[in-house]
Amino acid sequence: MIELRDISKNYRMGEMDICALCGVSVTVNAGELIAIMGPSGSGKSTLMNLLGCLDRPTSGTYTFEGREISAMNDDDLAHVRNAKIGFVFQSFNLLPRFSALKNVEMPLVYSGIPAKGRTERAVPVLEKVGLKDRMFHKPTELSGGQQQRVAIARALVNNPPLLLADEPTGNLDSHSGEEILNILVNLNNQGVTIMIVTHDHDVAARCKRIINLKDGKIVGDQVAP
Amino acid sequence: MNFLETFKVALEAILSNKMRSGLTMLGVIIGVLAVILLVSIGEGARVYITKELTGLGTNLLIITPGKTTTSGGFHPPSAGTVRKLTYDDAQALRRRAWMLTDAVPIVLGTGRIKFRNLGRDTMVIGTTPEFQRVRNLFVGTGSYVSQSDVDTKAKVVVLGTKVKEELFGDQNALGQVVMLSDARYRVIGVMQKKGTSLGWDVDDVIFIPVTSGQDLFGTDSLFEILASTPRAEDVERAIAQIKSILVKRHAHKEDFSIQTQGAMLSTMDTILGVLTAVLGGIAGISLLVGGIGIMNIMLVSVRERTREIGIRKAIGARNSDIMAQFLIEAITLSGVGGVIGILLGVGIALIIPLFVTVLPTSVSAWSIVMAFSFSMAVGVFFGVYPARKASLQDPITALRYE
Repeated sequence: MIELRDISKNYRMGEMDICALCGVSVTVNAGELIAIMGPSGSGKSTLMNLLGCLDRPTSGTYTFEGREISAMNDDDLAHVRNAKIGFVFQSFNLLPRFSALKNVEMPLVYSGIPAKGRTERAVPVLEKVGLKDRMFHKPTELSGGQQQRVAIARALVNNPPLLLADEPTGNLDSHSGEEILNILVNLNNQGVTIMIVTHDHDVAARCKRIINLKDGKIVGDQVAP
Repeated sequence: MNFLETFKVALEAILSNKMRSGLTMLGVIIGVLAVILLVSIGEGARVYITKELTGLGTNLLIITPGKTTTSGGFHPPSAGTVRKLTYDDAQALRRRAWMLTDAVPIVLGTGRIKFRNLGRDTMVIGTTPEFQRVRNLFVGTGSYVSQSDVDTKAKVVVLGTKVKEELFGDQNALGQVVMLSDARYRVIGVMQKKGTSLGWDVDDVIFIPVTSGQDLFGTDSLFEILASTPRAEDVERAIAQIKSILVKRHAHKEDFSIQTQGAMLSTMDTILGVLTAVLGGIAGISLLVGGIGIMNIMLVSVRERTREIGIRKAIGARNSDIMAQFLIEAITLSGVGGVIGILLGVGIALIIPLFVTVLPTSVSAWSIVMAFSFSMAVGVFFGVYPARKASLQDPITALRYE
């Protein structure tokens, strides 16, 4: 499904070019559940941004479902993010002015789906994450775990084949974190490809494959037995 | 993402900070209000002057002695060559200038009119019967100066209503004898009440036969000759006819001037049009300031919602979606402000004349259309920069923004 070939991402710091990713090649198949681990500054976030089509690599090629991402323009990238990728962030990133339902509907707005159809699609997804009874609450009226579940519902509402989670349990207590992790594993069992950036070895232990990054390079890529 | 969706999002953002949005709008409201109000005052003055000038009598020509030139420059007075306009000149025009409906000789002066122990200094106008028609001033009770009064230099007088009230109060003035500069005049009529026209109190005058007036003021010349044509289109040809007749009588010199009502009207119209434009321009500056207020608040708003922009981009908003969202927000602020400003401006413009009678206002459709489209344009102009700034945010940095 995903093929990264010799991907580099360089940043200019003064006179020097520093590579956040230095020649990374990875292949991801549909249905995988992958943990990306590594110390701070190892390039995890940069890899995530590239995979999520929020950024373009300096060199190398990124193919997503057979399409060359590195050559796309901004509008095409926006479309891929909208239809093919769901994001779950460490800090939830919900819009505080809107209800849970409106937040979940938001990606459908950019897919051009009329208001009625949006609600029809958003409500079952909220039900799936167990928040149907809270859908008219604003994010500030929800607990951290509930907010993250809203965020997962938002990521899923367009039925994307790929879900990217950046430290999804990082801001949660262990109980809520466990819940979120269960939801993600469950989704993976239903066929969604999931990649989780994490520091937490307990989280990584639930994944089928663990990729270790260090200094912008892959230093380990093992499939769990 | 269609327009209606974008509009809803923008409206929602505006309503989420009512105080700030209201204050921002206030700038535009005041600007639009000022444009509408000042333009309608300028327009009001123009309409008022036009109405007054037209009320003096349409197709009016005013022939005055002495040559004035419209092309400017200095003309040394050639002594003795300027002939006065005379009663005979007016008679010649009446007989021979067939393009004219009337040619009314006028003498003008002031005199003291007395009845018993009451006296009043007033303006005395010597005229012929046609004056009524040419100037749209008509006798109310009794009769006006007749042709035979003119022919016989009759000592008869027609009073303006104010003069009549001053001297006679509620008594009947007709047939009474008044003293006008030591001569005895019989009152034969009282004019209709007319009020003030262009600063001249039409009711504070008296009318006598033009010939009696020349005797009274000891002159054989006229102040002016008022002429009129049946139709406005005839004015140019009538001028040529008057010139040819008078030039012959004045030893082939054009020592008189002819002003037309139309020329006066268009001059006044131009002056007041410029005045209106200047007033509108000054008001436009305040609208511009309102626009800067919008830009300021939009820039703050873009900064505050950096994270929102990042989130929206991450879930699939294109740059143009973000651009449209903020641009429509700016245009909505200025548009709603514009509508409120128009309502207030028109309302105040309609109320002003009720309290300040000397300040006529006229709300013109073009000033409303102009003020509204200008306010929308201000929204677009001052909204584009912040909206563009928002749309070009890098989603990764925007998502990290605290």
